[in-house]
Amino acid sequence: MLEITLHILDVAENGITAGADLIFIKVDEARRDNFLEITIADNGRGMDAKTLKKVTDPFFTSRVTRTVGLGLSLLKEAAKKCQGEFSITSTPGKGTRVWASFVFDHIDRAPVGDMVGTIMVLLGGNPAVDFVYEHIVDGEKFELDTRKIKTTLGDTSLTDPAVIHHLSQTIAEHLNGLTQKRSDAQTNGDQIWQS
Amino acid sequence: MAKLTIDDLKKIKEKTARSMAVREGEANVKITVHMGTCGIAAGARDVMGALLEELSQSDRGDIRVFNSGCLGMCSSEPNVTVESVDQEPIVYQHMDPHKMRQVLKNM
Repeated sequence: MLEITLHILDVAENGITAGADLIFIKVDEARRDNFLEITIADNGRGMDAKTLKKVTDPFFTSRVTRTVGLGLSLLKEAAKKCQGEFSITSTPGKGTRVWASFVFDHIDRAPVGDMVGTIMVLLGGNPAVDFVYEHIVDGEKFELDTRKIKTTLGDTSLTDPAVIHHLSQTIAEHLNGLTQKRSDAQTNGDQIWQS
Repeated sequence: MAKLTIDDLKKIKEKTARSMAVREGEANVKITVHMGTCGIAAGARDVMGALLEELSQSDRGDIRVFNSGCLGMCSSEPNVTVESVDQEPIVYQHMDPHKMRQVLKNM
Protein backbone atom coordinates (compact mmCIF):
# COMPACT_ATOMS: atom_id res chain seq x y z
CA MET A 1 0.00 0.00 0.00
CA LEU A 2 1.38 3.38 -0.96
CA GLU A 3 -0.41 5.32 1.77
CA ILE A 4 -1.41 4.66 5.38
CA THR A 5 -4.90 5.90 4.53
CA LEU A 6 -5.28 3.03 2.06
CA HIS A 7 -4.65 0.58 4.92
CA ILE A 8 -7.33 2.42 6.88
CA LEU A 9 -9.78 2.14 3.99
CA ASP A 10 -8.98 -1.56 3.68
CA VAL A 11 -9.49 -2.37 7.36
CA ALA A 12 -12.67 -0.29 7.48
CA GLU A 13 -14.04 -2.24 4.51
CA ASN A 14 -13.31 -5.45 6.45
CA GLY A 15 -15.51 -4.15 9.24
CA ILE A 16 -18.31 -3.31 6.84
CA THR A 17 -18.07 -6.80 5.33
CA ALA A 18 -18.40 -8.13 8.88
CA GLY A 19 -21.80 -6.48 9.11
CA ALA A 20 -20.85 -3.38 11.12
CA ASP A 21 -23.11 -0.33 11.04
CA LEU A 22 -20.67 1.89 12.95
CA ILE A 23 -16.97 2.31 12.21
CA PHE A 24 -14.58 4.30 14.37
CA ILE A 25 -11.41 5.65 12.77
CA LYS A 26 -8.70 7.51 14.63
CA VAL A 27 -5.45 8.90 13.26
CA ASP A 28 -3.11 10.32 15.87
CA GLU A 29 -0.05 12.12 14.57
CA ALA A 30 2.13 12.95 17.56
CA ARG A 31 4.84 14.52 15.46
CA ARG A 32 6.55 16.09 18.45
CA ASP A 33 6.96 12.63 19.94
CA ASN A 34 7.86 11.14 16.55
CA PHE A 35 4.93 8.76 16.73
CA LEU A 36 1.95 7.90 14.55
CA GLU A 37 -0.87 5.60 15.47
CA ILE A 38 -4.05 4.52 13.77
CA THR A 39 -7.08 2.77 15.22
CA ILE A 40 -9.99 1.27 13.32
CA ALA A 41 -12.81 -0.27 15.33
CA ASP A 42 -16.10 -1.73 14.19
CA ASN A 43 -19.22 -3.23 15.73
CA GLY A 44 -19.44 -6.10 13.29
CA ARG A 45 -19.75 -9.76 14.11
CA GLY A 46 -16.20 -10.13 15.44
CA MET A 47 -14.09 -13.28 15.51
CA ASP A 48 -13.34 -16.12 17.88
CA ALA A 49 -9.85 -16.55 19.33
CA LYS A 50 -8.95 -19.27 16.87
CA THR A 51 -9.69 -17.11 13.83
CA LEU A 52 -8.05 -14.09 15.43
CA LYS A 53 -4.74 -15.94 15.68
CA LYS A 54 -4.74 -16.56 11.95
CA VAL A 55 -5.79 -13.18 10.56
CA THR A 56 -2.30 -11.84 9.97
CA ASP A 57 -1.27 -15.00 8.19
CA PRO A 58 -1.24 -14.07 4.49
CA PHE A 59 -2.46 -17.54 3.59
CA PHE A 60 -5.60 -17.28 5.65
CA THR A 61 -8.82 -15.66 4.54
CA SER A 62 -12.48 -15.99 5.46
CA ARG A 63 -13.39 -15.47 1.86
CA VAL A 64 -14.07 -18.21 -0.66
CA THR A 65 -13.25 -16.27 -3.81
CA ARG A 66 -9.50 -16.72 -3.31
CA THR A 67 -7.06 -18.37 -0.94
CA VAL A 68 -4.92 -15.49 0.26
CA GLY A 69 -5.82 -12.62 2.58
CA LEU A 70 -3.29 -9.85 2.58
CA GLY A 71 -4.97 -6.82 4.15
CA LEU A 72 -4.03 -7.19 7.80
CA SER A 73 -0.77 -8.97 7.00
CA LEU A 74 0.32 -5.96 4.95
CA LEU A 75 -0.60 -3.49 7.68
CA LYS A 76 1.28 -5.53 10.28
CA GLU A 77 4.33 -5.69 8.02
CA ALA A 78 4.15 -1.94 7.34
CA ALA A 79 4.06 -1.16 11.07
CA LYS A 80 6.84 -3.64 11.95
CA LYS A 81 9.25 -2.28 9.38
CA CYS A 82 8.76 1.21 10.82
CA GLN A 83 9.64 0.00 14.33
CA GLY A 84 5.98 0.16 15.14
CA GLU A 85 3.54 -2.30 16.58
CA PHE A 86 0.32 -3.95 15.53
CA SER A 87 -2.53 -5.37 17.54
CA ILE A 88 -5.95 -6.75 16.84
CA THR A 89 -8.61 -7.62 19.39
CA SER A 90 -12.03 -9.01 18.74
CA THR A 91 -15.09 -10.21 20.59
CA PRO A 92 -17.59 -12.42 18.79
CA GLY A 93 -20.84 -10.53 18.38
CA LYS A 94 -19.33 -7.24 19.56
CA GLY A 95 -16.77 -6.19 17.00
CA THR A 96 -13.11 -5.86 16.18
CA ARG A 97 -10.43 -3.30 16.93
CA VAL A 98 -7.27 -2.91 14.88
CA TRP A 99 -4.40 -0.74 16.06
CA ALA A 100 -1.06 0.02 14.45
CA SER A 101 1.75 2.39 15.32
CA PHE A 102 4.69 3.78 13.38
CA VAL A 103 7.81 5.81 14.09
CA PHE A 104 6.74 9.04 12.42
CA ASP A 105 9.96 9.92 10.63
CA HIS A 106 11.01 6.36 9.85
CA ILE A 107 12.37 6.20 6.33
CA ASP A 108 10.13 3.26 5.43
CA ARG A 109 6.92 4.84 6.65
CA ALA A 110 4.45 5.43 3.83
CA PRO A 111 2.90 8.91 3.74
CA VAL A 112 -0.34 9.29 5.70
CA GLY A 113 -1.92 10.13 2.37
CA ASP A 114 -5.30 11.30 1.24
CA MET A 115 -7.50 10.92 4.30
CA VAL A 116 -10.27 13.02 2.74
CA GLY A 117 -10.41 10.59 -0.18
CA THR A 118 -10.65 7.61 2.14
CA ILE A 119 -13.46 9.10 4.21
CA MET A 120 -15.39 10.22 1.13
CA VAL A 121 -15.20 6.81 -0.49
CA LEU A 122 -16.39 5.18 2.73
CA LEU A 123 -19.31 7.61 3.08
CA GLY A 124 -20.24 7.51 -0.60
CA GLY A 125 -20.18 3.75 -0.98
CA ASN A 126 -21.79 2.64 2.27
CA PRO A 127 -25.10 4.41 2.81
CA ALA A 128 -26.14 2.14 5.69
CA VAL A 129 -22.98 2.58 7.77
CA ASP A 130 -22.14 5.38 10.19
CA PHE A 131 -18.60 6.65 10.71
CA VAL A 132 -16.83 8.42 13.55
CA TYR A 133 -13.53 9.89 12.42
CA GLU A 134 -10.95 11.60 14.63
CA HIS A 135 -7.74 13.11 13.38
CA ILE A 136 -5.22 14.50 15.83
CA VAL A 137 -2.08 16.44 14.96
CA ASP A 138 0.06 17.22 18.00
CA GLY A 139 -2.98 17.34 20.28
CA GLU A 140 -5.11 19.45 17.94
CA LYS A 141 -8.17 17.41 17.11
CA PHE A 142 -10.67 17.29 14.28
CA GLU A 143 -13.71 15.07 14.56
CA LEU A 144 -16.58 14.03 12.38
CA ASP A 145 -19.59 11.91 13.32
CA THR A 146 -21.94 10.99 10.50
CA ARG A 147 -24.76 10.27 12.97
CA LYS A 148 -24.71 13.92 14.05
CA ILE A 149 -24.41 15.12 10.46
CA LYS A 150 -27.42 13.05 9.45
CA THR A 151 -29.48 14.56 12.27
CA THR A 152 -28.48 18.09 11.31
CA LEU A 153 -28.94 17.65 7.58
CA GLY A 154 -32.35 16.09 8.14
CA ASP A 155 -33.72 14.40 5.05
CA THR A 156 -30.68 15.31 2.96
CA SER A 157 -29.01 12.06 2.05
CA LEU A 158 -25.39 11.80 3.11
CA THR A 159 -24.65 9.61 0.14
CA ASP A 160 -25.74 12.20 -2.37
CA PRO A 161 -22.61 12.90 -4.44
CA ALA A 162 -23.12 16.68 -4.21
CA VAL A 163 -23.27 16.53 -0.40
CA ILE A 164 -20.19 14.28 -0.35
CA HIS A 165 -18.35 16.71 -2.60
CA HIS A 166 -19.06 19.74 -0.41
CA LEU A 167 -18.40 17.76 2.74
CA SER A 168 -14.99 16.73 1.41
CA GLN A 169 -14.03 20.34 0.81
CA THR A 170 -15.08 21.27 4.33
CA ILE A 171 -13.12 18.39 5.86
CA ALA A 172 -10.04 19.28 3.78
CA GLU A 173 -10.21 22.86 5.09
CA HIS A 174 -10.43 21.68 8.69
CA LEU A 175 -7.55 19.24 8.27
CA ASN A 176 -5.39 21.90 6.66
CA GLY A 177 -6.22 24.10 9.65
CA LEU A 178 -4.79 21.42 11.93
CA THR A 179 -1.39 21.49 10.26
CA GLN A 180 -1.27 25.24 10.05
CA LYS A 181 -1.71 25.49 13.77
CA ARG A 182 1.57 23.76 14.21
CA SER A 183 3.38 25.78 11.56
CA ASP A 184 5.69 27.25 14.18
CA ALA A 185 7.20 23.83 14.58
CA GLN A 186 9.54 22.74 11.85
CA THR A 187 7.90 20.95 8.97
CA ASN A 188 9.37 17.74 7.67
CA GLY A 189 7.93 17.97 4.18
CA ASP A 190 5.40 15.22 4.76
CA GLN A 191 2.38 15.93 2.60
CA ILE A 192 -0.30 14.49 4.83
CA TRP A 193 -3.34 15.15 2.71
CA GLN A 194 -4.38 16.44 -0.61
CA SER A 195 -7.83 17.70 -1.36
CA MET B 1 -10.72 21.39 18.86
CA ALA B 2 -11.89 21.55 15.27
CA LYS B 3 -15.25 20.14 14.48
CA LEU B 4 -17.69 20.25 11.66
CA THR B 5 -19.93 23.05 12.81
CA ILE B 6 -23.65 23.42 12.30
CA ASP B 7 -22.83 26.36 10.04
CA ASP B 8 -20.68 24.18 7.83
CA LEU B 9 -23.53 21.74 7.47
CA LYS B 10 -26.09 24.45 6.80
CA LYS B 11 -23.90 25.80 4.02
CA ILE B 12 -23.60 22.35 2.51
CA LYS B 13 -27.34 21.91 2.67
CA GLU B 14 -27.97 25.23 0.94
CA LYS B 15 -25.42 24.57 -1.75
CA THR B 16 -26.78 21.15 -2.54
CA ALA B 17 -30.51 21.77 -2.20
CA ARG B 18 -31.01 22.62 -5.86
CA SER B 19 -28.95 19.85 -7.36
CA MET B 20 -30.58 17.36 -4.99
CA ALA B 21 -34.01 18.27 -6.29
CA VAL B 22 -32.86 17.61 -9.84
CA ARG B 23 -31.38 14.26 -8.87
CA GLU B 24 -34.44 12.90 -7.13
CA GLY B 25 -35.50 9.87 -9.05
CA GLU B 26 -35.68 6.14 -9.17
CA ALA B 27 -32.50 4.10 -9.16
CA ASN B 28 -32.05 2.35 -12.48
CA VAL B 29 -28.30 1.88 -12.46
CA LYS B 30 -26.15 0.42 -9.71
CA ILE B 31 -22.41 0.98 -9.90
CA THR B 32 -20.26 -1.14 -7.59
CA VAL B 33 -16.60 -0.35 -7.06
CA HIS B 34 -14.86 -3.42 -5.68
CA MET B 35 -12.72 -2.51 -2.69
CA GLY B 36 -10.90 -5.55 -1.47
CA THR B 37 -7.27 -5.22 -0.47
CA CYS B 38 -6.41 -5.97 -4.10
CA GLY B 39 -8.71 -3.28 -5.47
CA ILE B 40 -7.53 -0.66 -3.01
CA ALA B 41 -3.87 -1.40 -3.71
CA ALA B 42 -4.56 -1.11 -7.44
CA GLY B 43 -6.21 2.30 -7.16
CA ALA B 44 -9.92 1.68 -6.55
CA ARG B 45 -10.12 4.65 -4.19
CA ASP B 46 -9.22 7.09 -6.95
CA VAL B 47 -11.69 5.43 -9.32
CA MET B 48 -14.44 5.80 -6.73
CA GLY B 49 -13.35 9.39 -6.05
CA ALA B 50 -13.65 10.27 -9.74
CA LEU B 51 -17.06 8.59 -9.90
CA LEU B 52 -18.39 10.57 -6.93
CA GLU B 53 -16.94 13.79 -8.29
CA GLU B 54 -18.53 13.34 -11.70
CA LEU B 55 -21.88 12.43 -10.20
CA SER B 56 -21.82 15.48 -7.95
CA GLN B 57 -21.75 17.61 -11.07
CA SER B 58 -24.32 15.68 -13.06
CA ASP B 59 -28.07 15.32 -12.74
CA ARG B 60 -28.15 11.54 -13.06
CA GLY B 61 -30.50 10.75 -10.19
CA ASP B 62 -30.95 7.17 -11.38
CA ILE B 63 -27.41 6.08 -10.50
CA ARG B 64 -26.53 4.60 -7.12
CA VAL B 65 -22.96 3.95 -6.03
CA PHE B 66 -21.75 1.21 -3.69
CA ASN B 67 -18.54 -0.30 -2.37
CA SER B 68 -18.07 -4.01 -2.08
CA GLY B 69 -15.35 -6.52 -1.40
CA CYS B 70 -13.10 -8.51 -3.67
CA LEU B 71 -14.68 -10.00 -6.77
CA GLY B 72 -12.16 -12.83 -6.98
CA MET B 73 -10.43 -11.41 -10.04
CA CYS B 74 -7.57 -9.67 -8.25
CA SER B 75 -5.33 -9.54 -11.31
CA SER B 76 -7.75 -7.28 -13.16
CA GLU B 77 -8.39 -4.81 -10.34
CA PRO B 78 -9.68 -2.15 -10.06
CA ASN B 79 -12.94 -3.78 -11.15
CA VAL B 80 -16.20 -1.86 -11.46
CA THR B 81 -19.55 -3.59 -11.95
CA VAL B 82 -22.37 -1.69 -13.65
CA GLU B 83 -25.85 -3.15 -13.34
CA SER B 84 -28.63 -1.50 -15.32
CA VAL B 85 -32.27 -2.48 -15.10
CA ASP B 86 -33.18 -5.10 -17.73
CA GLN B 87 -29.55 -5.57 -18.74
CA GLU B 88 -26.82 -8.07 -18.01
CA PRO B 89 -24.30 -6.70 -15.51
CA ILE B 90 -21.02 -5.49 -16.98
CA VAL B 91 -17.68 -5.76 -15.18
CA TYR B 92 -15.14 -3.17 -16.26
CA GLN B 93 -11.56 -4.22 -15.52
CA HIS B 94 -8.27 -2.37 -15.04
CA MET B 95 -10.14 0.85 -14.34
CA ASP B 96 -8.65 4.25 -13.64
CA PRO B 97 -10.28 7.63 -12.95
CA HIS B 98 -10.19 8.60 -16.63
CA LYS B 99 -11.83 5.36 -17.81
CA MET B 100 -14.42 5.69 -15.05
CA ARG B 101 -15.41 9.13 -16.35
CA GLN B 102 -15.68 7.73 -19.88
CA VAL B 103 -17.92 4.88 -18.78
CA LEU B 104 -20.16 7.33 -17.00
CA LYS B 105 -20.31 9.64 -19.98
CA ASN B 106 -21.45 6.87 -22.29
CA MET B 107 -24.19 5.64 -20.02
